[in-house]
Amino acid sequence: MGRYLLRRLASAVVTLWLLATIVFLIVNVIPGDVGRRVLGPFALKEDVALFNHRIGTDRPLINQYFSSIRRVFTLDFGNSYVSGDLVRKIVYPALFRSGKLALLAFVITIPVAIAAGIFAARRQDKVSDRVVVNTGLATSSIPEFVTAAVLMSIFCVHWKLGKVFADPPSGTSVIGQLRYLLLPALAMVIAYFGYIARMSRAGVIHGLQSDYARTATMKGLSKGQVMRRHILRNALAPTITVISVQIGYLFGGIIGVEKVFNYHGLGSTMLSAVISKDVPVLQGAVLLVGIIYMISTLLADVLIAFLNPRVRLETAR
Amino acid sequence: MTTISAPSTTTALAVEDLEVVYTVRGVDRAVLRGVSFSIAPGEAYGLVGESGCGKSTTAYAALRYLPRNGKIVGGRVLVGGDDVTNMTTSQLQSFRATEASMVYQDPAQAMNPSVKIGRQLIESFVLLGQSKADAAKSALESLDRVRIADPARVMDRYPFQLSGGMQQRVVIAMALACDPKLLVLDEPTTGLDATVEAEVLDLVRVLRKESNAAVLLIAHNLGIIRSLCDRVGVMYAGRIVEEGPSHQVFDDPQHPYTVGLLRSLPRHGVRKTERALATIPGMLPLIGSNLPTCVFLDRCPLADETCRTVVPPVAPVGADGLRFTRCHHPDRIPEMIEALPDAPIGILAPSDANPEVLELTNLSKTFKQRGSEVPALVDVDLQLAEGETLGIVGESGSGKSTLAKTILGIESADSGGEVALDGNTVAPNTSSRSTADKRAMQMVFQNPDSALNRSWSVRRILTRSVEKLTGIKGDAANKRVEALAAHLRLTPRHLDLKPRQLSGGLKQRVAIARAFAGDPRIVVCDEPTSALDVSVQAAILNLLADLQAEEKVSYVFITHDMGVVRYLADRIAVMYLGRIQEVGPTDDVFNGPNHPYTEALLSAIPSVDGEPTSRIRLEGEIPSPANPPTGCVFHPRCPRVIPGVCEVTEPLLLEVGPGHAMRCHIPIDELRRLQSSP
Amino acid sequence: MSDSNEFHPRPEEIISTPGADVFVPHTSLTSTATPPTTPAEIELSGVVQVSERQLARRENWRLIRRRPAFIIGVFIVLVWTACAVLGDRITPHSPLDYRAGTHLSPRAKFPFGTDEQGRDVLSRVMAGARDVLKVAPLAALLGVLFGVIVGMIMGYFGGWLDNVLSRIVEAFLALPVILLALLAVTTLGASPAVVIGVVAALFTPVVARTVRSAVLAERDLDYVTSAKLRGESSAFVMFREILPNVSGPIIVELTVRIGYAVFTVATLAFVSAGPQPPSPDWGAQVSDAFRVISAGIWWTTFFPAAAIASLVIAVNLIADSVQSVLEAS
Repeated sequence: MGRYLLRRLASAVVTLWLLATIVFLIVNVIPGDVGRRVLGPFALKEDVALFNHRIGTDRPLINQYFSSIRRVFTLDFGNSYVSGDLVRKIVYPALFRSGKLALLAFVITIPVAIAAGIFAARRQDKVSDRVVVNTGLATSSIPEFVTAAVLMSIFCVHWKLGKVFADPPSGTSVIGQLRYLLLPALAMVIAYFGYIARMSRAGVIHGLQSDYARTATMKGLSKGQVMRRHILRNALAPTITVISVQIGYLFGGIIGVEKVFNYHGLGSTMLSAVISKDVPVLQGAVLLVGIIYMISTLLADVLIAFLNPRVRLETAR
Repeated sequence: MTTISAPSTTTALAVEDLEVVYTVRGVDRAVLRGVSFSIAPGEAYGLVGESGCGKSTTAYAALRYLPRNGKIVGGRVLVGGDDVTNMTTSQLQSFRATEASMVYQDPAQAMNPSVKIGRQLIESFVLLGQSKADAAKSALESLDRVRIADPARVMDRYPFQLSGGMQQRVVIAMALACDPKLLVLDEPTTGLDATVEAEVLDLVRVLRKESNAAVLLIAHNLGIIRSLCDRVGVMYAGRIVEEGPSHQVFDDPQHPYTVGLLRSLPRHGVRKTERALATIPGMLPLIGSNLPTCVFLDRCPLADETCRTVVPPVAPVGADGLRFTRCHHPDRIPEMIEALPDAPIGILAPSDANPEVLELTNLSKTFKQRGSEVPALVDVDLQLAEGETLGIVGESGSGKSTLAKTILGIESADSGGEVALDGNTVAPNTSSRSTADKRAMQMVFQNPDSALNRSWSVRRILTRSVEKLTGIKGDAANKRVEALAAHLRLTPRHLDLKPRQLSGGLKQRVAIARAFAGDPRIVVCDEPTSALDVSVQAAILNLLADLQAEEKVSYVFITHDMGVVRYLADRIAVMYLGRIQEVGPTDDVFNGPNHPYTEALLSAIPSVDGEPTSRIRLEGEIPSPANPPTGCVFHPRCPRVIPGVCEVTEPLLLEVGPGHAMRCHIPIDELRRLQSSP
Repeated sequence: MSDSNEFHPRPEEIISTPGADVFVPHTSLTSTATPPTTPAEIELSGVVQVSERQLARRENWRLIRRRPAFIIGVFIVLVWTACAVLGDRITPHSPLDYRAGTHLSPRAKFPFGTDEQGRDVLSRVMAGARDVLKVAPLAALLGVLFGVIVGMIMGYFGGWLDNVLSRIVEAFLALPVILLALLAVTTLGASPAVVIGVVAALFTPVVARTVRSAVLAERDLDYVTSAKLRGESSAFVMFREILPNVSGPIIVELTVRIGYAVFTVATLAFVSAGPQPPSPDWGAQVSDAFRVISAGIWWTTFFPAAAIASLVIAVNLIADSVQSVLEAS
């Protein structure tokens, strides 16, 4: 187990390095003058040069690359072009706020989706199964911002439920904050419910068809016992992987949701960085999302290794 | 062995006129067309037949475990007097827990991969109402009962940590937990190595005596049925066509299908030089076919007008009422038996005068796995003469497939080894061999589904090989393809089909045609018939023998089936853990004296003829090639090991007779003495 | 290890093992063969009639067509394609005509109402199909094309090349496509060509991973070995032998990717919205309009949003139908 973890961790570090490289390359495709881009066409030449020197974009590209990589592993993303503040100080609070929203969304999604998946699997090809599968397919294919906008049109305007602005006034209690966050979280629940439900359905169906489920049935266990004692444990491994991946991907969809609900999280931070061409902030936020993905998939693999002795024992040798 | 229990008044299992259909695309297709048989307590009953005949379906229907689209549409299944087809869910559940058990084909899949053996076993006992502590004790005892040496340790393992043989023992222990009235064994040893299979079969034999369960054994291997079962039912197209005590049915078959089945097996040490194998013309009717009268009608040489119009009744055979056949003409069976096919023309035992075409010198192959070296092939020296067939036999990890790949250059041999064709060394891997060398050596694979590109037509498959290997293009290539196809008895109609439109036997014919596209000198056949039914196997073996007689081609024939290799091979090499343990003319290898491993392999085969086999059994498992034993690699399992010698030095492959060599420390005369005394 | 094929699961009982969930007869067993007549045919009658096989293929197509999900999907896609092709020839008003009143609620003359500049929302939604249908399928097609090439190379050659490429693919997969796209569009600008290029590039690793695993399953089949034994080049084996056999997953991947491309393009238009051109892109329309929802003006947001939803759902319904039928056969 220890060696498995170590190997998995090492590969995560390599992936993170590649990720940072990809981000660096994208940002530096156009060699252009960063100072000019940020300060605009009317800025004085001297100011532009000074700006470039201050942020280090006048250094050779290779040096910039190394400092960019160093920043990923020290979690220090430099300073914002625009405000000059530490990127850390901008992105961490934003991440915390997005995290609250994401957490709420997942706390709702995971149990509902897994239960729906098991429900559908046990009624394979019946009407209720088709309903779950097709609903899941439809909702997960709609972009999050569309769901958010439609939800807002319906709940906030027609029914006067929920809040148009998701940002609670400071000092709102946890329960009070829920009222603000529920609707945007719901938009994400709708988007992520489908994948997880379909994956857990597929896993359970695979388990139901397995030889070991046949053995368990022939032993004289009831359907419920076969499901609980034998199938679920094996069937949920792929679902765990999907959930971990979705946790990382959630930070893509959250941009649209935050924009619609005017919520100041990581997504909004990235958007304003896009508009002001504040590359360090954008880069920092993007890499942070990558790190979250790494951590969540790593945890998922550990969990799977815990559930599946084969992974745990064979790779340990 | 085959003590016939007289039909007792109490039957453990009675299947009465069972009919099962599978619904495929909204159409009900008949799989079982009225199956009836019964098994007495303590009796073993075998069901045999080729693929798709419905024997597994019968077994599963008896425990009412059918696929979602399968349903019982007629008949009853009585176990201890209770009708299984009428049980409620909870009755069925307790029936399965206490009355009936099953052992499956693939033990690795049959156990939950993520739950320890102990817990899975204990669960069975808890279901019987035992307390956790008692169940744990019972579980240990049950492992002891299936002769597992260290039960406590095995309890603490996961299924994948056990070998196939051990896994099947655990599954058997689980099945016996409730002391069932009915034990169903579905191909319990298929997929296991011969020496391991022999051990599992021995165990089943012993356990049968200990318990009073009625045993229903499903197997395609007639030898297994004969060695284990009191009575046998021969199934064809969803019906039992013949039934009776197994030795009587196998020695004196009374249904044309049983006759065909038995005659297509290479038996009684028959060789290709003596006669061709009999085949059953045609193919199994498709599932759900309309078969209003006799199910075997289309393939039966005895069929006449009566057969086409009247359903054959269950006709008793003999006066004791133990046998029946569903045939109108059991009296004409002797006609069939007398009509034995002739030997293929031109097959002659190769003489020393034949030139050598292939010589392997010092051939080794070492794989690198996670930094460690795995020797899969060690110092192999072999020669092959023109027109000769060299059989290669061995179990998992013996290196026989690696040998094939190394000869063909699919894997490059380690440096120092040499493959020489007509005396000239060829490059170690295919891509650097000349077209002439590639053309000279071709291969026939085990599984034609994998070997033929499923999106290509037969014509394209053959044309491409002809063009690539012979350089002939265009019209000339077309002509050659058509000639080739005709030679392999494929009709022009077959050429425009895709592989999936062909039956298994026809697919294998196409694969053989491809191998012969460039008039090869050597064809390496890797288990070419092990995926086929016996009647199809016979046709393919005949074809290979014919082609050899006509083309003077040499075969390297890899197989695990001793009957097949005896029929086809002129010489045999026995491999174990990458080394040749014995090589010699077929008769010498079969008649002995043998290397102890060969001896064990030969005695592991359950014979359909009921010939007594010696009882050499091997201890333990085949070691991993990654970590071979010291000295003679066979010594940990060898029943004739000489302590102090065998584990220290590896014996050399030394000649013990003309063309007969062996890798053993025991002198040949000593082996002869040991093996002739019972 | 190398001796893996010494394990002999016989296909025999597998097809009829009732442990399997649904019994599906082997393809060559699906027909009701007519009894062979001539002796030669008796010997060789392993053949399923050609017409039967064609029937089976037609059956596939028939199965797809019979799925309501497929019909609905195709219908919706056709409607939007018609809108995209015919454009302002069929819109009730010009999508750029701002002479109507601003923010008129839906009514007979303007069924979807008008926007903040007094343009007809229905006409803009209809015309907006053009932007997305121009960009998304092309991006998906290019992504699949590159993905097939990269995935084929990874799966076929394996070894260190596969290791390195797998790492890079994994790194790409660590980020949501929309984030990388946003980053790229920020530096490169948001012209349609850039969007197509960026989305295609970001889809490449995803497609490559799918194709790689399909190719891995094929690579070890014996027909590939047989091709090597007769001296075929790697390119021939990859694109002539293996490619036709992995076309199923590739077709599925293409349909799925078109859905995602619509998704991504729309989201990108929504989030990267700076000053907007007057072109009636759906995502941009939502971006322009959603802030006035709180004032009760919902139609300017709702209809373009619903248009996006209908198109992605339609494409995914088609993809799902194709996938289920291809996987079942």
